[in-house]
Amino acid sequence: MSKQTNPPIVLEAKGITKRFPGVLANDSVDLQLHKGEILAFLGENGAGKSTLMNMLYGLYRPNEGEIWIKGEKVEMSNPRDAIDRGVGMVHQHFQLVPVMTVAENVMLGSEITRGGGVLSRRKAEERVRELSHQYGLDVDPTAVVEDLPVGMQQRVEIIKALYRDADILILDEPTAVLTPQEANELFRIMHDLTDEGVSIIFITHKLKEVLNVADTVGVLRRGKIVGSAKPAESTQESLAELMVGRAVLLRVDKEKADAGAVVLKVEGLQAFDDRKQLILRGADFEVRAGEIVGIAGVQGNGQRELVEVLTGLRTAVNGRVWIEGQEVTHFSPRKITELGVAHIPEDREKHGLVMPYSLADNMVLNDYYQKPYATGIIMHQDAIDAHGEQLIEKYDVRTPSVKTPASSLSGGNKQKVIVAREFSRPTKLLIAAQPTRGIDVGSIEFIHTQIVAQRDAGAAVLLISAELDEVLSLADRVAVMFDGRIVKILPIAEATRERVGLLMAGSEDA
Amino acid sequence: MATSATVTKTNTKKKIDSKTMMIGGALLLAAVVLYKYMNDPITTTAVLSSTIRQSTPLVLGALCGLIGERSGIINIGIEGQMLMAAFVSFLVNVYTGNLFIAITSGILAGMGMGLFLAWMSIGLKMDQIIGGTVINIMALGLTSFFYQVGLTTKGKLPSIPLGPLAEIPLIGPVLFDNPPITYLTMLLVIAVQFALFRTVWGLRTRAIGEHPSAADTVGINVNLTRYLNVSFAGAFAGLAGAYLTLEAVGSFERGMTNGRGFVALAVMIFGKWTPLGSWGAALLFGFASAYQTQLQFSGNIEIPHQFIGMLPYLLTIIVLAGFVGRSRPPAAVGQLYETE
Ligand SMILES: Nc1ncnc2c1ncn2[C@@H]1O[C@H](COP(=O)(O)OP(=O)(O)OP(=O)(O)O)[C@@H](O)[C@H]1O
Ligand SMILES: [Mg+2]
Repeated sequence: MSKQTNPPIVLEAKGITKRFPGVLANDSVDLQLHKGEILAFLGENGAGKSTLMNMLYGLYRPNEGEIWIKGEKVEMSNPRDAIDRGVGMVHQHFQLVPVMTVAENVMLGSEITRGGGVLSRRKAEERVRELSHQYGLDVDPTAVVEDLPVGMQQRVEIIKALYRDADILILDEPTAVLTPQEANELFRIMHDLTDEGVSIIFITHKLKEVLNVADTVGVLRRGKIVGSAKPAESTQESLAELMVGRAVLLRVDKEKADAGAVVLKVEGLQAFDDRKQLILRGADFEVRAGEIVGIAGVQGNGQRELVEVLTGLRTAVNGRVWIEGQEVTHFSPRKITELGVAHIPEDREKHGLVMPYSLADNMVLNDYYQKPYATGIIMHQDAIDAHGEQLIEKYDVRTPSVKTPASSLSGGNKQKVIVAREFSRPTKLLIAAQPTRGIDVGSIEFIHTQIVAQRDAGAAVLLISAELDEVLSLADRVAVMFDGRIVKILPIAEATRERVGLLMAGSEDA
Repeated sequence: MATSATVTKTNTKKKIDSKTMMIGGALLLAAVVLYKYMNDPITTTAVLSSTIRQSTPLVLGALCGLIGERSGIINIGIEGQMLMAAFVSFLVNVYTGNLFIAITSGILAGMGMGLFLAWMSIGLKMDQIIGGTVINIMALGLTSFFYQVGLTTKGKLPSIPLGPLAEIPLIGPVLFDNPPITYLTMLLVIAVQFALFRTVWGLRTRAIGEHPSAADTVGINVNLTRYLNVSFAGAFAGLAGAYLTLEAVGSFERGMTNGRGFVALAVMIFGKWTPLGSWGAALLFGFASAYQTQLQFSGNIEIPHQFIGMLPYLLTIIVLAGFVGRSRPPAAVGQLYETE
């Protein structure tokens, strides 16, 4: 999409500075968004991207600087002010009320009434249907949000913005939780929208996406704009370097695996999903010490339930699990943890962290009751804090202190806290579900190196990732999951993208 | 491994459809009542009328609690709100002799206490349980301190039979021959049910109690709405207090709410945070009290009356201990909301 004459600026930030206690999140940032363009915004975890977007959306107030929307200087005290000026935002963590229907979520705050404050549910549903038809955002307006998969929830968020007639759309890491197919669908929608004159700011950590969809790229590092680029003149490597400030290794460097004894053995495992449907329909596989088995599969084929059963969070209805020859099928999560199992959960906010707790406390969730963190019922906060300090340093978690509550960290830094906790104990088996979701390239490199290091130290690693690239670059063997079963296990040398892709789609292997 | 404490194990047990259970229960109840009525019409009518009246303050208290909790604020101060309102409406009635002004002052007293609770939990960011406890202790202290023995209300709200409707056997005296606050309560239950699930106010209220930041991002002022709702909800507790002095008893006694504010909480939970559900629950509790009184009067039973008197409270404990199956409170209840 080349633009000859420069279209007008619809949104502009001038010298925006935002301070949080102990953090300079934005340091006199300038940004310009032109009509009908897609501006991709890159930056490390904690660089201040979400903070900046939240200010453009009226959710936070800048300490210094000006915001101009469509040629008018604005002082926003509340998202209403931004909504009224046509700004819509899809947040990094979805802002949907889980127990309400799609239509209720869409109209919330700008309700359609029959007069007298009485809701017109039918009209709202009709409006959602219209919008979803117009933009090809297929979603059932009467569905309850918590029953929808994340990809669908995101459509609801986009419909929410369109319902409010947004023509400036901020998408904060929209693809972090999407499958590649869903992401492509999103890009199609984004292009349809820009063709209609909508302007989009798009935040992502996936450089390939930036090169594919953006018209301009802006890069933020530690709160400052450090540069901008045109995708046509950039490569993934050049963008990564601009972001992190050093050359980044985008591929994983590892030796051939030296697999040892079987650590994890799974036989005929079956489990229900949250809606009581049998979704895991008999999985069989083994993971040996010193190897990484990557599970490839389209989301929703039982991967999540598999992980939950293995970690004791979900009850198996059938089948057995052994760890180092000991049957652990119905062990409690703590017992499994004590056997030396580390777990990076898929949903970090729900299963990985206790949001109101400090980082230091979050870092000892596995072993807070053991020495040196506690003797009997007495906790030793000094030891806990010291441990936290050490991990923050080692894993480069960007935070003002170990006392900061987990809730105020940036998305990627939350993930680093979990990784730090799980990697800092002696581990026999590492179960990593989407370990690099929402993480910047520099940190991905680090986490990948750590996973390989765990493997080389003799741990068995089970990796579950929606990113086929991640599975293919890390795994020694690739297990393809389809319809609740492991349909094929391939040594990495035989696992070509095409072959794995076909297996994931459910076709028979040649 | 992640925190096991934050994860609930997936429950794979089949649960009985709650609707079928309710309809079945209602039919059974109707049959039993009819049978009893044929044997002993006078007692049965008395017990059922008493059930309705006993349930009135409970369901009003539950409305107060559920509007608060639906907006994200726990209110365990209903007992105190009721007591204060009972006292205020009593005093106002004694000194003005006007029932209407007395009821209105009771309602205002309940709302004032609600505003105080909102200020403690939102303005002062106090723990909401502590805030509620403050209300309860304060109400008990103030009313006991200022109470003078020997005063009685000037007049009591009378029963108003609704013409021919009141003549219907059993149903007439039970449903259509009640004093005004009892009638009003029935209307309020339906009104709040409608408002909560069919109006803009209700949608926003439920949103701020379930997911305040979602509400904030669409431009709803979370804390202001919470302030307004908790204060407004106080009106229901206030009305319950006025009911006790002006409609039920006709005078004030120290600590006369006698735990009804807490039973109201059980009623709210049993009713799954809905007005209609709470009404059903309140009737059940009301029936337990009515039946308990009846048993004590009939006197032909060996069980000591103290044990019979425990019936309603026992029911509360059983309900609160989770015998009714899991009901889900609003997700953000009890949590402070701050943006930055
Ligand atoms: N509400 C808050 N209170 C205190 N500090 C905050 C708050 N929100 C963000 N921060 C801090 O501001 C900095 C920038 O955070 P921000 O969420 O903007 O990062 P980000 O660029 O979006 O990162 P990510 O890619 O991980 O989402 C971080 O150091 C974070 O800890
Ligand atoms: Mg962010």
